Amino acid sequence: MSEHGFDASLAPLIIAFPAASATLLLFFGRRLGRISGWVATGAVAASFLVGLVLFTTMLGAEAEHEHNMRRAAVTLFDWIRVGDFSAGAGLLVDQLSMTMVLVITGVGALIHLYSIGYMDGDERYPRYFAYLNLFVAAMLILVLGDNLLVMFVGWEGVGLCSYLLIGFWFDRSYAATAAKKAFVVNRIGDFSFLLGIFLLFGVVGSLAFTDINLASAEGGIGAGVAVVAALLLFGGAVGKSAQIPLYVWLPDAMAGPTPVSALIHAATMVTAGVYMVARLSPLYEAAGPDAMNIVAWTGAATALLAALIAAAEYDIKKVLAYSTVSQLGYMFLALGVGAYSIAIFHLVTHAFFKALMFLGAGAVMHGLNDEVDMRKMGGLRKVMPRTGWSFMMGWLAISGVVPFAGFFSKDAILASAWADGQYALWIVGAVTTALTAFYMSRLYLRVFEGDVVVPEGAHPHDPPWTMTAAIVPLAVLSLLGGIINLPEGLPSALALEHFLDPVLGEAVVPHGNAAWLLATAALVLSAFGIVIARGLYLSPDGEDRRSRLERRLHPLVGAARNKLYVDKTYETLVLQPGRDLAVFCAETLDKRVVDGIVNGIGRILGAVGEVGRRVQTGYVRSYAALFFVGAVALFSILLLKVGT
Amino acid sequence: MTSVAPGYFLALAGLMFTVGAVGALVRRNAIVIFMFVELMLNAVNLMFVTFARMHGNIDGQVVVFFVLVVAAAEVVIGLAIIVAIFRRRADANVDTVNLLKW
Amino acid sequence: MTIDFAIFAIVFVVALGSSMAMLFAKNAVHVALFLVAAQVALALAFLLQGAFFVAAIQIIVYAGAIMVLFLFVIMLLGVDRRDALIEPLAGQRTLAVALGLLLAAEIVYVAARGVDLVAATGGDRALRAINEDPGNVVALARLLFSRYLLPFEVTGVTLVVAIVGVMVLAKRIGRMGSPVAERSETSEQVPA
Repeated sequence: MSEHGFDASLAPLIIAFPAASATLLLFFGRRLGRISGWVATGAVAASFLVGLVLFTTMLGAEAEHEHNMRRAAVTLFDWIRVGDFSAGAGLLVDQLSMTMVLVITGVGALIHLYSIGYMDGDERYPRYFAYLNLFVAAMLILVLGDNLLVMFVGWEGVGLCSYLLIGFWFDRSYAATAAKKAFVVNRIGDFSFLLGIFLLFGVVGSLAFTDINLASAEGGIGAGVAVVAALLLFGGAVGKSAQIPLYVWLPDAMAGPTPVSALIHAATMVTAGVYMVARLSPLYEAAGPDAMNIVAWTGAATALLAALIAAAEYDIKKVLAYSTVSQLGYMFLALGVGAYSIAIFHLVTHAFFKALMFLGAGAVMHGLNDEVDMRKMGGLRKVMPRTGWSFMMGWLAISGVVPFAGFFSKDAILASAWADGQYALWIVGAVTTALTAFYMSRLYLRVFEGDVVVPEGAHPHDPPWTMTAAIVPLAVLSLLGGIINLPEGLPSALALEHFLDPVLGEAVVPHGNAAWLLATAALVLSAFGIVIARGLYLSPDGEDRRSRLERRLHPLVGAARNKLYVDKTYETLVLQPGRDLAVFCAETLDKRVVDGIVNGIGRILGAVGEVGRRVQTGYVRSYAALFFVGAVALFSILLLKVGT
Repeated sequence: MTSVAPGYFLALAGLMFTVGAVGALVRRNAIVIFMFVELMLNAVNLMFVTFARMHGNIDGQVVVFFVLVVAAAEVVIGLAIIVAIFRRRADANVDTVNLLKW
Repeated sequence: MTIDFAIFAIVFVVALGSSMAMLFAKNAVHVALFLVAAQVALALAFLLQGAFFVAAIQIIVYAGAIMVLFLFVIMLLGVDRRDALIEPLAGQRTLAVALGLLLAAEIVYVAARGVDLVAATGGDRALRAINEDPGNVVALARLLFSRYLLPFEVTGVTLVVAIVGVMVLAKRIGRMGSPVAERSETSEQVPA
């Protein structure tokens, strides 16, 4: 049943296709064998098509009053009705959710296609696709849900699938550990998220987004409460979207198959936090600048920190992982200055180029016997041309080079920060831009340019067509994707922002000369980063320069190589005490206290028995004596009682 | 009928009962113990007869009748058991049947 | 001192004296004979109180049959077996005597208080009336077969059960697990 405007009854199909496919593969996967991959890909592709249909329907439908809002609700069923609390399960189809749906299903379908080639030969091939489909279904539930509860179901679902997929090769202990780490760290964020949900329900009385946003906009939520609720929900985002201090699980998650990293840890799951904040933007507006600043600065700090670590990593997947953390920081920076639609813009472009680069890394690993150390690679564009050229697109995009997609989105973020008057944030963002360009160029140049270097016994080659067929569209999108939101003055200017305006409100962007100046500044910073990287890694004097630089910046480099000691800090502050507590409970509490009590009771009973058994002397006359004692006692008592 | 007050008879019966109880505890020969039990039963019989007299009806004497019958049956079986246990032993000392001790 | 009281005194002395003597007699046969004496004295006590039938039964059944049975068994198990004097169980004697004195004191106390509980003449008169009119036996019989009919029948069953029980108990179990009476005695003879 739909309201205002257009018929969104196809929406449940979007979720149904991957969900049904997942169920099918879980039960009959083994029998389907190699076909599972195509079934799974087909399901996601079907969702994408339905999404497109719904999208066009939405565009063609009449707009709802003055805000150009196009929204339709699909109620699925009445879920919980307990006393005063009732939460239905429904879908909210509007511009924001459809944008997310298209990204998820589109990029998702490509990654499924890629996986057909990448996971070929794995003995749990069908199970992999079942999990991947399940993930897509959960993610779709997350973005399509019309209330916090449905979103939370999806939230938990993607967390579960992340765990299952990170630890897919569970016989490798580091993979299993990484999966656990991801789940546990996420849980901390989820706890905060739940508290936020409780609070919101208590204050608003409903968990539906429309109700909450209405209450926020109309002042129905007190400022203090709004701040607390916003920050609690943000806590969940910090966990799911790997911001400080809960980002530590993302680099370890690289233990899973590379397509998983591409889909979950680059394009979709980690963006759930960004989506959630954007969806509840009125709440954050109502929470005021204090809360927003926390969001923005968390994002900025994360962006810088992660970029620093990425610059020192040798594992190509880890570089990409930290890069993801850093780019997510950018998105939160944007959210924190009120530029919600720009954050979504960057989400979309990032999905394109990051997924592209992960898939490219996977192709490299595929051709080099799963080697990930960039010190053992070089000049691969000459021997893997298709991969190399595609990866180049991603590199240029993330480095913010015109006219690639990443330039426009990153520039927009920095411009919004400037326009909001947050010059400190701009500076941090700018430095990070330079760093980003630097480390990504370092990665690209070392691996794909220069002399050809391959590990022993590897025969580098371009991957099979299924993998290439997924990479190429993403490369094209990385090149051209900026079109969806070009700055003012160009055709299709601000298309995405205008599209999302009804949902997210207008973003403040600098106009005129300031805009051009800022754009140029961003470009210069990126160029700076690339040039330095080229100087250090591509030129013949590179090694000398590197060692000199390293000596000069020794503490910084050392810290970066050690991931800024964050993991070690967690180890000492949290993990070791946890282990000690567990040991204490097991050894002392359980063995000594509990067992002591139980055994003690046994011993007491035994002792009582030991004493008690001595009554059984075996002599009939003793027993008779006891009879007599009892009888006389009774008689005496009776006598005393009765009196005369 | 005697004119002696019933209380005297009750006292006599009580004393005989006590003697029977003490004897049952002190002696060691199984048959002797049994005989002291019979003594207790006799004392009780006297009490019942006295009560019959006190109440002025014969119900007490009927009870004595039954006690007698039951005592007879009990003696029969008790002695059979004693014979079965002590047939092959050197003496009828009840202290020797003490295997059920802890 | 009326004649009634004198007779009672004799009954008292004989009954209690025999009982005490039972305590100290070492030979089991002596104990049995003292018991018989006590029972005869009690029969006299029954007579004094107007329980004629029961007095007769006491002599015939108790002193006449049951005590004879006792003597049979004593003979069967050996007459000259004597109890040793030392008491192996610690404290048994003291305990028994102490309790005995306590109990005796209590009972005598109760008896003394209740000496005139029912005026000696009150109940006596009724009982005398019963003994005269239908007579002791008839009155007893009437009660036995009307109000106490069920207990009466039950005692019949009790006696049958006792007899069957004794027959079972009396079978000797030999070494082979079967009753000795069934085994041929020739197997124990010296081989020819």
